[in-house]
Amino acid sequence: MKRKLSLLLFFLSVILIIIGLNTGEFIAVLEKAVTVCLSCIGIG
Amino acid sequence: MKILKKRKWFQSFSALLFNPNIPLFFKGAVYKGQTKGICVPILNCYSCPAALGACPIGALQNSLANLRFNLSLGLNQFGLYIIGSLSVVGSLIGRLPCGWLCPFGLIQELLYKIPSPKLKIPGYFRYFRYGVLVVFVILMPLILVDSAGLGQTWFCKLICPAGTLEAGIPLLAANPALRSQVGLLFAWKFIVLAAFFIWMVLSLRPFCRTTCPLGTILGFFNKVSLFQMHVDGDKCTQCGLCTQACPVGLEPHETPNSPDCIRCLKCIDTCTYGALDISFLKKYPVNRPKKIRI
Repeated sequence: MKRKLSLLLFFLSVILIIIGLNTGEFIAVLEKAVTVCLSCIGIG
Repeated sequence: MKILKKRKWFQSFSALLFNPNIPLFFKGAVYKGQTKGICVPILNCYSCPAALGACPIGALQNSLANLRFNLSLGLNQFGLYIIGSLSVVGSLIGRLPCGWLCPFGLIQELLYKIPSPKLKIPGYFRYFRYGVLVVFVILMPLILVDSAGLGQTWFCKLICPAGTLEAGIPLLAANPALRSQVGLLFAWKFIVLAAFFIWMVLSLRPFCRTTCPLGTILGFFNKVSLFQMHVDGDKCTQCGLCTQACPVGLEPHETPNSPDCIRCLKCIDTCTYGALDISFLKKYPVNRPKKIRI
């Protein structure tokens, strides 16, 4: 039962990733990560 | 298992693997490759010059902080990619990255080796990290927004010592132009980092045990991940060796898949009776240790 739940969770997570990729979230993460967020690290 | 003896090497290799762009430390700039769009399963600041990927906690806060703004533009970005990335790792291995991959975990373990009086962390301190996750990572970025609907990454801004260590200090050291912008916020972040450093010398992995929101999220999966830890009740003598070895103060023979367990697997290495074991994607007989009555 626990194994089935784990596998179900895993496949649901993969579906979430695919939906996120389709809505352009990878680009949003990438754009944020390649610029230094000064206020995030306590500068500025 | 021989691999358990080499955990430190594994952690060191992982720190390099996730931060391979070392020369960028001297240039004061961050790596800008496509891999920066991938959420890594460790607390590794994406403003760290050498970082190869994105910190999922930073990315999650950004996603929540921009949610209202994005919705007002008709962009349906709810952070599903980030949540999915976290839950893929969680459903496979739970908090295993905390014990084996996280560079900030390695730093804490190394600082604990400095000779000093050692302090135990009271058990109830662990609940603080649930508050950090809910308040600083989820609610504040979502609720505290400006007139345009944009919020901020409050955990990164006010708390995260990994960001100060891996990004703030190296960028300030290499980039003189940034030094003029240092103010009270950086002073606060520096005090937080210094306080955690002192605590790390006195107690083992205090940040993971009391504050880390990434460990908290991955910990939710410990009981249901495909990677599981088991206790063979027939072999367990309840000698307490695993409890003594546990770096986060748990009783592995009682709760082998506790959400607080960082899955360093020291308990398995320590158990001389072979009562503790791991499995991945296979059935394992449930055989709880019998309580010894005197």
